Amino acid sequence: MRHDHIISATQLTRADIEAVLDHAADIAEDPGAYGDRHSDTLLGLLFFEPSTRTKMSFTTAMKRLGGDIVDMGSVESSSVKKGESLADTVRVVEGYADALVLRHPMEGSAKMASEFVDVPLVNAGDGAGQHPTQTLLDLYTIRENAGFDDLTIGIMGDLKYGRTVHSLAHALTTVDARQHFISPESLQLPRSVRVDLHDEGAEVREHTGLDEVLPKLDVLYVTRIQRERFPDESEYRAVAGEYQIDAETLEAASDDLTVMHPLPRVDEISHDVDGTNYAQYFQQAHNGVPVRMALLDLMLGGER
Amino acid sequence: MTDDDRKLRVSKIRNGTVIDHITGGQSLNVLAILGIDGTSGDSVSVAMNMPSERLGRKDIVKVEGRELSQEEVDVLSLIAPAASINIVRNYEVVEKHRVERPDVVVGVLECPNHNCITTENEPVESRFAVTDDGVRCEYCNTIIRDDLPAHILAE
Ligand SMILES: [Zn+2]
Repeated sequence: MRHDHIISATQLTRADIEAVLDHAADIAEDPGAYGDRHSDTLLGLLFFEPSTRTKMSFTTAMKRLGGDIVDMGSVESSSVKKGESLADTVRVVEGYADALVLRHPMEGSAKMASEFVDVPLVNAGDGAGQHPTQTLLDLYTIRENAGFDDLTIGIMGDLKYGRTVHSLAHALTTVDARQHFISPESLQLPRSVRVDLHDEGAEVREHTGLDEVLPKLDVLYVTRIQRERFPDESEYRAVAGEYQIDAETLEAASDDLTVMHPLPRVDEISHDVDGTNYAQYFQQAHNGVPVRMALLDLMLGGER
Repeated sequence: MTDDDRKLRVSKIRNGTVIDHITGGQSLNVLAILGIDGTSGDSVSVAMNMPSERLGRKDIVKVEGRELSQEEVDVLSLIAPAASINIVRNYEVVEKHRVERPDVVVGVLECPNHNCITTENEPVESRFAVTDDGVRCEYCNTIIRDDLPAHILAE
């Protein structure tokens, strides 16, 4: 891969995506074969907001490659609390680690941080901005279940603040997927994402209800609608139910539908969906490890 | 009233820059972009809402004792796309050119996204890519289309 830093899904070409996913597929087939691949490597984890899963996933990936992690720990216990700038923090930790993973609550933080370090930096989520490794594992799951050819996907929930959605929508245009966006009007895609999708010539439709599109979909990607996005509780309750699915909802879907979710979920996917063939969200989460192993291996100069 | 009469409203300058054909009402924003607030002692004249055949109304700014760099001039294009720049030496216009839209503007605008890292106390300047119909933050992707002057960074 040409990129030292992985900041945004928009920087990934189709060839980059295929390279990571192919490598991830090889790794998933025989994870043990990669156990001493990067035994001298230390990965620096800088998580400025809690994200147990993403952090564990990166930790697991690095350890499965034979390397180890150095962890800044919680923000409360670090010098960040004393007002140290992000630029300073990454410049210090760069001296300890061979690559950095950054999760930060502010948009553009990963891009800015990458300008201050020479070691590769991976964006593990910057505010409502981008989350490219989530996108890669989403794409892996989509490719495994539905393939990239002639793909029709519905993305439902909070499309305004959902960074996983912003990253994914960009990446889906590189595989020419037909994208249907389903959300309350107040949580539609932000302008910058619409502009990009339009410029990239993406085939995009927006809906406020799932019914009309569900039967056409190969993949339904569900995200959480957060209560705190609404000015008052009643407004939230008025829309929330519309964007919840259960086994009965899915009776209208194609038998081959794949249901995905970046997790954690609250009540947007009922537990009665878990046991159906549609449900792939736990597998999707598991896929994070081989995908992040593949990405780290490629970034750290592993030969294929 | 002849053209010459109009020019008299703003005194001639000896050495410096005359920015003409500024979109009517934008001259104070032009000064803000150039970081001119009067404290440096430069003598500055501003004429607002002068009749203009080309623009209907235009502003003119004359800055005594200062020649603007091309970079500064380019940034003006964001709010005064029709502006022309006259460099004056010894009362003579020695150079005359139009503004051109730059590809990026650095440190000039403040990102309106309060959750953007460039609005924090970090050692980084704001950076906006200039598009056909606006500008776009290179850090958080926020697009500004209308009301650019409202986002000019205070010095
Ligand atoms: Zn910004």
